[in-house]
This record gives sequence, C-alpha cells and structure tokens, in this order.
Amino acid sequence: MITFKELLKIKLSESFDYQKANISILSDHSCQFLTKAISRYGIKNLFDLSIWEAPIDQIDNQILNPKSQFNINNFDITIVFESSHSLLRRYNSCLIKEKFSDEQFLRFKKLLEELLSSSKTKIILFNFYELNDRIYGNFSSKNRNSFIYQLRKLNFLISEFTSTISRISILDISSIQNRIGSKKMIDSSLFVNYGMVLQLDCLPYISKNILDIISSFYSKFKKCLILDLDNTLWGGIIGDDGIENIKLGNLGIGKSFVDFQYWIKNLKERGIIICICSKNNEEVSKNVFVNHPDMVLTLNDISLFVSNWNSKVDNIKTIQKTLNIGFDSMVFIDDNPYERDSVKDNIPLITVPDLPKDPSNYLSFLIDQNFFETVTSSNIDKERTKLYQIEYERVKSKENFTDLSDYMINLNMKSRVQLLNSFNIPRVSQLSNRSNQFNLRTIRYDDDDLIQIMNSNDSYGLVFDLKDKFGDYGIISFLILKKTSTHEVFIENWAMSCRVLERGMENFIINYLQDFCRSKNIKLITAEYLKTSKNSIVKNLYKKLGFTSKGNKYLLNMSSQNNLETKITLDNGKK
Amino acid sequence: MERNEILKKVNDVFIDVLEEEVSIKEEYSSYDVDGWDSLTHIMLIVEVEKKFNIKFLSSEIISWENIGKMIDCIEDKLK
Repeated sequence: MITFKELLKIKLSESFDYQKANISILSDHSCQFLTKAISRYGIKNLFDLSIWEAPIDQIDNQILNPKSQFNINNFDITIVFESSHSLLRRYNSCLIKEKFSDEQFLRFKKLLEELLSSSKTKIILFNFYELNDRIYGNFSSKNRNSFIYQLRKLNFLISEFTSTISRISILDISSIQNRIGSKKMIDSSLFVNYGMVLQLDCLPYISKNILDIISSFYSKFKKCLILDLDNTLWGGIIGDDGIENIKLGNLGIGKSFVDFQYWIKNLKERGIIICICSKNNEEVSKNVFVNHPDMVLTLNDISLFVSNWNSKVDNIKTIQKTLNIGFDSMVFIDDNPYERDSVKDNIPLITVPDLPKDPSNYLSFLIDQNFFETVTSSNIDKERTKLYQIEYERVKSKENFTDLSDYMINLNMKSRVQLLNSFNIPRVSQLSNRSNQFNLRTIRYDDDDLIQIMNSNDSYGLVFDLKDKFGDYGIISFLILKKTSTHEVFIENWAMSCRVLERGMENFIINYLQDFCRSKNIKLITAEYLKTSKNSIVKNLYKKLGFTSKGNKYLLNMSSQNNLETKITLDNGKK
Repeated sequence: MERNEILKKVNDVFIDVLEEEVSIKEEYSSYDVDGWDSLTHIMLIVEVEKKFNIKFLSSEIISWENIGKMIDCIEDKLK
C-alpha cells in the first residue's frame, strides 16, 4: 500500500479527465490529515474532490440545524465519522449501560433520516472501530453492560438500519482495523496531544476504502473477473502434469486453491461475471472442471471459457467484445508476470494485480485490494452468468442463419412494458447506474429519485423487458419522460442494457412511445443526446429513429406516422 | 550517534516532509522554517520517531523550544 507521505505527493495532472465531487466531512475529532489523504487518493482514482471539513465536534448541530453551514451548502457526498473514543465518553456518562447502544442508535437514526430527507447527499458513515476497556476482561464480550458489547451492538444496529437504504454506505473501519491491526491504526498520544484518532500510516487504507465507495456512487465498479488456470485456479500445469497430478483438494497447497475457488464462486453468486482465459487446449482444461472431484467452480459458473493458444491480449479483447463492458470494469488474474505485463501494456484500462508468489497468499492479497465494491445487490445479479451463457448460445445459433431477419423472427422476441412501479424500481435504478454505452443523457437515478418520478403527475417512467426463445433478459431498458407543457414531453433519459443491442429493441421502444404519447394526447416529443466518453454508439440514434434535429435537440412530431421495423411483439397480456 | 549526524538525519526528515530544501540549525524553531505549522509538526514528529525508531513522551514534545532541544531528547534516547 502506498504510504501517507507518497500520497501527499500526488498532484492533479492536465492529461486526465477528473470526475468532480463536493464532499463534506462531519466529525468529532480533527480530520485534516484524513481529508488530505482522501483528496490525494481521489486524484489517484481520477476524482477531483473538493472537501469541506465541518468545525470539529458538531455532527449533530450541523445536520439538525437548518441554518448551519453544512445545510446551506449542497454536498454530493457527506462523510460522517464519529470516533469510538467519543463514544466511550458518552458511554461513561450514560446511566443505564445496558440501553446505551439503543439510545445511540436512535440518535444516529434521527441524524441519518434528517440527512436523507433534507438533502440529496450520498452518505458514507463510519462504523465504530473496536475500543475495548476490558473492565470485565474477556467476559466483556458477553456482558450486556460492557462498552465493547454495546459498541458491537451499535455497529450491528446501524448495519441493519442501513441495509435497505442505498444512499447510505458504511465505511467498515472496524473490519479495516481487524485487517491492519489496532496498533497500526490508533495512537492514544496522537489523540491526547492533537485530537487526532487515526495514525498517519493507516490513512491510505481508509482513504482507499472511501474512494472505493465513492467510485461505486459514480458507477465505476468492477463487473468481471478473468482468470488464468494453471497455477492460478490449481497448482501445476494441466497439460504437463495431467488431471491426477495437479494440486487441488485437501492436501497441502491444494487447500489454498479450493478456498480461492470458493471465494470466486461467491463473487459469481453475487453477480460478478467470471471468465477463463488460458493458454491450453480447450478440451483438456474443460475436463478438469467436469471430472476433477475437488473443483469448486463448474462450467456453469463461467460466462465465457476461452482456452486456446492465442495471446491473452487478443483473448481478453474478444471477451470484452462479447460481454460489451468496458475494460475498466475488468480484473485479470494470472500467476505469470510475463502475461500480466503484456496485458497491462496492451490494455491499460484493465486492472491486473501483481499476485503474490505463494498461492496461499492469493486470497488475503485479493481481499485487501477490495476490487468488488458495490452500492446495491439484487437477484438479477445472480442470474447474470446464465444470461451471458444464453447470449453465447444465441451467438452460436446466429451463425446458422444467413439472413438476419429470419434469425430475428426465429428468436420469437416478446417485450412487456410497464410504468415505473415499486417492483421494478430497484432494477431500473441499477440499470441507470450500470449502463454507460446506450445511455442518452447519462443521468443516474437512485431509488428515491425514481419513487419521486413514479409519484409525480408530470413525469412518466416506461420500463421494458425482453424475452426470447432462449430465455428471459428481464428489464433491459427504461425511458424517463418529463412533461414540458400540456402537449409536449422531453425524454429526460433513455438507457438500455447492451446485451440486447442489434435486436430492434430501440425501434420497438420508439413505436411504443409514440402510441403511449398519443394515448396521453401528447403532440411532440423532444429528446437530447449528451456526449460522454462511453456513449458514442448512440450519438446518431435519434436521427436513425426518425427524429428531426433542431439545434442540439431532436424532435418527433406525433402528427406524422413513423412506424419502425421490429420483430419484437408486445406482451402485456400475461405475466 | 554524533550530534551532527542526528541533526543531519533530522534535516532529511524536514526536507522530506516539507518538500523544501531547508537547512535547519539547532537554534531554529517553527518561526524560522517555512511550512512548519501545526499540521506538518505532527508529521515531522511521527517521521523523526520512525527514523530513529524511538517514541517521544507527550511531555517532552511540549517542552521543546527549538530543534536543539529535540536533538537533546533524541540523543538521550539513543544512549
């Protein structure tokens, strides 16, 4: 990990685009160094953060007082960090120790609810690092009256309360403390002499984790893990050693690979796309997945299995094309430094960690990197692997048709259209945060924004799903419409999953939109394209769909017929 | 360790932390060195402690009037 001193030397550079964000830190102790560390780590991750540190020890006042400096400014992100040292003081003056965590929880709940209702800020809340006064020795951990019992309970109550609120993320400092050790994190003399809680050397760890969360707020997260096979998923070389002799299972180093595979499997269950990229004969390597008794990963866990003698760079490019996601959302894991370097050199955006030499350290090393941050989790995540496998089937079956429209008819595609409702909001919010390419104005909506749109009289949210004979894609696109006058709407945003490109879905959607608008007596649709570094594929979309351009806007008049060709049929009858 | 050598090592820490080619003298205090404020002060102490692998007492830190006193203290701990 980079040291604090090195961190301070990082400066903004003119050759990169930085994402700007306004951040406030509310804390009960002096956070100047933490603020510096976060801002520099931000630069490292291409964020230009301007951070305002509230006066010390005013968390409650700044949040609850409507005229406070905090409340008269708007912040994209608010960091709340109360130290366990202060918590201990509060505990010491609390009369009924057993009720301490409940009392404090109510205090935090009130603060958080106030933040949620009075502003649009995203919240990063530090939980409490462990501070054990050991008044009862080890018995403290099971004694309801002890500080450590109450602290742990408070942490749990906060986790439980925030579990359903996507605008609040927990900075799990307790878990960071667990990994790097209390002695490296907290220094009583710093606290006593300077009112600071964290040691300088742990600041890079904390700021890294804060930036991981901030990145996920801005939809910059890893979606795909690409794995080598030999000496990565098992010990030894399958082509040389044979299936009986590779190291995998309950013996010696074989255990490390089993644990590592379980970890990967859990990531896959969570929705991370797992791909294989190996220099091997495909049959030989697949045979291990099918026939080795100690393999944890099965072929079903793998979205794309690429095993051949091409260069890894070419293979990873193929994987990227098939999945249609950015290189910056991919992590490539390989034990071979040569392969790693050649991938790093040729595909700069992909993340390639320098794996430790000893396989028994793979897992703890990767856990420290914290690649897979997220703000939400949903059931759709879990089905993603299947979707990509189905996509692969589609690609194969496409090859059998020479005429594309025959192929389309043969797919038997059906789409169901719904208005925004409380069932589809979580997925729409996820889609809005994940889609970068087919996203016309790249407005990110969280659950609360969508609830507002759902309840508003002059906005409509149209939500589309798609299925075909191979399977169900689920919700793949949405449109947010805002009424600009009695007979006009503006397409505030339109996003679509890239899995369903080139299927005529956009034609279907515009046809449907026109019918919808006519039924609402709307005469004119206005639309706009806002350029980002990733959405160039939809640059000319509105023109292609029959809109006429006027300035930087696109118009579609309902008086003329504009029926676009599509093989997708509406499926609003049954579920 | 010679007193001069200690001063030189402390000087290295100052250069490193303040990112400034400063040349310190024993009679210097924070008024005499650009960039030496309450914040960099904390970093300087932490880095000096690391450099010599020692720990200062809170009471010692408070008692220093100038760099010379700090050197006294380091010299004492290295004995």
